[in-house]
Amino acid sequence: MSRIGERFDVLRAEGRTALIPFVTAGDPQPAVTVPMMHAMVEAGADLIELGVPFSDPMADGPAIQLADERALAHHVSLRQVLEMVGRFREQDGVTPVVLMGYLNPIEVMGYAAFAQAASAAGVDGVITVDMPPEEAGEILPLFRAAAVDPIFLLAPTSNRQRIETVCASASGFVYYVSIKGVTGTRQPDSGEVRQRLEQIRAVTDLPVGVGFGIRDAASAARFAEFADAVIVGSALVNRIAEFADRPSELLSSVAALLREMRQAMDKDTG
Amino acid sequence: MNDIDYAGYPDAGGHFGPYGGRFIAETLMGPVEELCEAYRRYGRDPDFIARFDRDLHQYVGRPSPLYHAERWSRELGGAQIYLKREDLNHTGAHKVNNTVGQALLAKRMGKRRVIAETGAGQHGVATATVAARFGLECVVYMGEEDIRRQAINVYRMRLLGAEVVPVTSGSRTLKDAMNEAMRDWVATVDDTFYIIGTVAGPHPYPAMVRDFQAVIGRETREQCLAQAGRLPDALVACVGGGSNAIGLFHPFLEDKAVAMYGVEAAGKGLETGRHAAPLCAGRPGVLHGNRTYLMEDGDGQIVETHSISAGLDYPGVGPEHAWLKDTGRVQYTAITDDEALAAFHTLTRVEGIMPALESSHALAWAGRLASTMKPDAILVVNLSGRGDKDIHTVAALEGIEV
Repeated sequence: MSRIGERFDVLRAEGRTALIPFVTAGDPQPAVTVPMMHAMVEAGADLIELGVPFSDPMADGPAIQLADERALAHHVSLRQVLEMVGRFREQDGVTPVVLMGYLNPIEVMGYAAFAQAASAAGVDGVITVDMPPEEAGEILPLFRAAAVDPIFLLAPTSNRQRIETVCASASGFVYYVSIKGVTGTRQPDSGEVRQRLEQIRAVTDLPVGVGFGIRDAASAARFAEFADAVIVGSALVNRIAEFADRPSELLSSVAALLREMRQAMDKDTG
Repeated sequence: MNDIDYAGYPDAGGHFGPYGGRFIAETLMGPVEELCEAYRRYGRDPDFIARFDRDLHQYVGRPSPLYHAERWSRELGGAQIYLKREDLNHTGAHKVNNTVGQALLAKRMGKRRVIAETGAGQHGVATATVAARFGLECVVYMGEEDIRRQAINVYRMRLLGAEVVPVTSGSRTLKDAMNEAMRDWVATVDDTFYIIGTVAGPHPYPAMVRDFQAVIGRETREQCLAQAGRLPDALVACVGGGSNAIGLFHPFLEDKAVAMYGVEAAGKGLETGRHAAPLCAGRPGVLHGNRTYLMEDGDGQIVETHSISAGLDYPGVGPEHAWLKDTGRVQYTAITDDEALAAFHTLTRVEGIMPALESSHALAWAGRLASTMKPDAILVVNLSGRGDKDIHTVAALEGIEV
């Protein structure tokens, strides 16, 4: 079983919801990323989602677009992101790491080369926003052979048939996009999301994470009541932007926000 | 290549060989499938087709003439050059053929709002025009940099009732406008139709836009047979995203004797890296919903392009062109800013027709090609748009303020 599966098994046994922070690798500068990953684990992250910067992040709102631009100003490449994961693994062999990005950098590296390099670096799962299962026929067997979980998104617009198609190709967990829109732009309706999660769980036994609209400790706690994982992106990325020119306070500030969320989630579920 | 059944492409998933497809976020998969279904149904509905034909005739002014440029042909001393006069369409370019088709489809699907991306503003104007005509709310995304360069088209869109939204992300040009339109669409799919301006994007856009633009090639075929008594020997069209080119080429793909040339923007020269010629100097990748040739760096980041003509200033190209390049059916070449500018002046002075800078790329290549052909040969150039919009650009290059 993958690190992701093991982690969710433990959480399930403890009756806890996973907290998954998202940060863009190399934002605001490459040297920050590995220490930030460790700081986030320390603050209560169960998995880490690392954004691979891309010049044209079509599914992302302004916060993550700017994060990508800050990272690309340092020419952070997919290869460098894999090196960062490798360095993180030198001290942390248990926290699952998932890459999230767009397909083109993977196309350029080559599917087989990427799957092998990701696995060797200690990457556990890959979310490719613009690669639905229909276009993943070639890469899925390579991911499986390399023990990398392909993680797919489901959205408010996914009907029953699409839920089945997507779940049939997914492993690790399923990522439910809680809003119609790009990352960090709307407040999701928790009643609606709860209902959608029930529909998804009728189709799959995989854990279901909720993201795209979690902005603070209160909303994290609200979704933790029924989701297997809560994914926080834009809120953290905004915090990084705010402290970009104060590197000495950056890590502690990001960790503080995450810790608040962790405490709110544990209080409500525990 | 002789055995390919061109009419059979794309496949059900929108693939032209390895190109095309549907590389989009899950939120859009359902809505794009719904669009595909609607296009499958209305695309062969006699009522819909009759309505589209009537609008092309009465509103756009079709058929556009096929004009024998005798004086220019004589000067070059080679093939007889015919110009397909898409510049004479309502709004001054081929773009409106497609926006009329998509707006009709939007109405049939019950959408009340349309959005579009635009570079030079031609597709934005064509979209704002049909939105006014059909009573649809219209929002056009345009890079901040392009808004500065194309102030008149921005004002034109606003006069037509459209909202023009400046895009400040990335390189602030056409590709970023397309990203922003996609972001709008993800959030508004229930009541909004995205009118893409070229033969790119997720399936069914490349096939749908091609079908709406194929009226160019069908007319050219009939007109050439009527006026010259036979099919042309060669077709030439400029390629940015490639909608005017595919519109001209597609009805001739099975005619093996007809040679075809797609002309990209070589900008300052392919060797300088400052160009917009993904087919000539790029490589395959995935952007904006499809796999195609792209301008990108070694890490897979999309790079900034350069062309004197904003309409060709795009780092990708329609996936069918990528496939036609690989199969060898169409030859792709590139023309520099300077060569296009020279062709702009030549056609203006010799024929009294001021071409768009985009179309001037096709004219420059056609001039070169014609002089290597015999005087009884026939060459058709798609004059995809008129040059009025470019007068400021041309004047500025000559140091004149207008």
